[in-house]
Amino acid sequence: MRLIYEQSIPGRRGVKLPASDVPASAPLPENLLRKEPAALAEVSELDLVRHFTNLSRRNFSVDTNFYPLGSCTMKYNAKVLENAASLFAPFHPMTALLPDGEGFCQGTLGMLYDLGQMLADITGMDEVTTQPLAGAHGEMTGILLISAYHRAKGNKKKYVVVPDSSHGTNPASAAIAGYEIITVPSAPYGDMDLELFKKAMTDEVAAVMMTCPNTVGLFNPHIKEIADIAHSHDALMYYDGANLNAIMGKVKPGDVGFDVIHVNLHKTFGTPHGGGGPGSGPVGVKKALIPFLPQPRIVMDDGGQFRLETANPGSIGRTAGFFGNFGVMVKAYAYIIMLGREGLIQASEQAVLNANYIKERLKPYYELPYDTTCMHECVFSASRQLAHGVHAIDIAKYLIDRGYHPPTVYFPLIVKEAIMIEPTETESKATLDAFVEVMIEAAKAAESDPQALHDAPLTMPIGRLDETKAAREQNVCCLG
Amino acid sequence: MSTYFTKEHEWVKVKEGIGAVGISEHAAHELGDVTFVELPKLGATVKQFDVLGSIESVKAASDIYAPVSGKVVKVNEALNDAPEIVNESAEDAGWMAWIEITDESELKNLMTKEQYDEFLKTL
Repeated sequence: MRLIYEQSIPGRRGVKLPASDVPASAPLPENLLRKEPAALAEVSELDLVRHFTNLSRRNFSVDTNFYPLGSCTMKYNAKVLENAASLFAPFHPMTALLPDGEGFCQGTLGMLYDLGQMLADITGMDEVTTQPLAGAHGEMTGILLISAYHRAKGNKKKYVVVPDSSHGTNPASAAIAGYEIITVPSAPYGDMDLELFKKAMTDEVAAVMMTCPNTVGLFNPHIKEIADIAHSHDALMYYDGANLNAIMGKVKPGDVGFDVIHVNLHKTFGTPHGGGGPGSGPVGVKKALIPFLPQPRIVMDDGGQFRLETANPGSIGRTAGFFGNFGVMVKAYAYIIMLGREGLIQASEQAVLNANYIKERLKPYYELPYDTTCMHECVFSASRQLAHGVHAIDIAKYLIDRGYHPPTVYFPLIVKEAIMIEPTETESKATLDAFVEVMIEAAKAAESDPQALHDAPLTMPIGRLDETKAAREQNVCCLG
Repeated sequence: MSTYFTKEHEWVKVKEGIGAVGISEHAAHELGDVTFVELPKLGATVKQFDVLGSIESVKAASDIYAPVSGKVVKVNEALNDAPEIVNESAEDAGWMAWIEITDESELKNLMTKEQYDEFLKTL
């Protein structure tokens, strides 16, 4: 397929404007004018429509195919949520910031306030800021809140503790906030080694960042004990909400000792990811951290009116423009209202059931490093297939040919040749069965015809990409 | 010249008080195609088992730990342009840094080639 620029023919236009019949105004000053015309593709409207329509048909999405990308919770995003978001389109984002403007946007402020309250209820926190624009941005905000808490108390803190199964963004966020990282290895049962954790804990530890259930899909049975040990050193417990989809209505992280949490609305609460997003990573905190929350905070006064609170000297300041990714929040709000308490519980139960179904059905064919009941995702290893020279990446590419988005591979790092499958609750048993059959087919092909897996994908516009060359010889130039 | 290994899969070859440091063939194989090596700063002082640099492959990023304490006196700049040398020759041309060793008694904390090969069998 040719780039739109390669289809350019000088002089071709999508729209032909009539000659101007109004007097020309004075030309713009010389220093504001381009020296050369902008490099735009010159194509007809039909060329343009065909180009982008054909491109869009090559898009792989939850709307087209099963997308069991582990740790990403690629659930279906109900279209009615888009309608809900569009209801708010006429409102100007600056209204609340005008003098006395709050009175003109009680509905929008109320929606944000209610969403914060509902998320606080689901996670067991006391207050939520909806400003952060993505999960990692939420982590950054959370760590800055923890840092502000320790500074206000005069605590001398130097370290942040993470398990070796953590998402890479955890140590990255902590390092950007100025902390040194202590990584605690996992025990053979797949969770952070409790004894090694105890040794790592000192009064210099600012926070322990955990994902629970963790990235191998296991819920840590020692979580309360870990939180108690952390608190005995005045270290705060940070909950990475990436895997919240497993426990909604079952466990409130705040109840088992977590002090700060970020949730990914684009994972757990049914809003689109990435290019279909953007994301949103609200952060919830316990009471002791409320004074440091980003502002403006939306508060409800005694008369039930919503207003913005900006006079808060302890605040870490703004973390996003306006009120964060507002449209995403409307969708998440509508999602929570639509499902209700029982619906959210059922979503988590179904997500866990689906993951365990896949785990049990594929267990005879793929190595399962942690053979126990999993939560919302299961992690296999392609180590058996490796004996035939087939790697996790070969299986992933084979799945593309068969119409499935590959699971997450090579993560978590603690599992060799990891294949991490997260089906989510929105898939039917028939879809799971069809996927399992193709996974079994891949396992059999690894033994009988490994080359078929090495050659995949064959049905895509381009074949196997040279990832090493892409990483070593980066060229991100758009034109020329 | 004697070669020693760490549990984190670094090697150090010691000659006249200088230790050449890199990652083992096993580590290079496990990482897969190496795409970037973050070398230590020339002149930096490091403690045994502290982070010396890092290495990225198409699969993962990992820290490289210093097998001995000392001062970094030379780094393998060739890896900046051609990180694939680590895959081609992990225990020779793929060396990362030379460390002027401050305390050779630390070598007793490391494994010999035979001990390391035994250690690999336990993984």
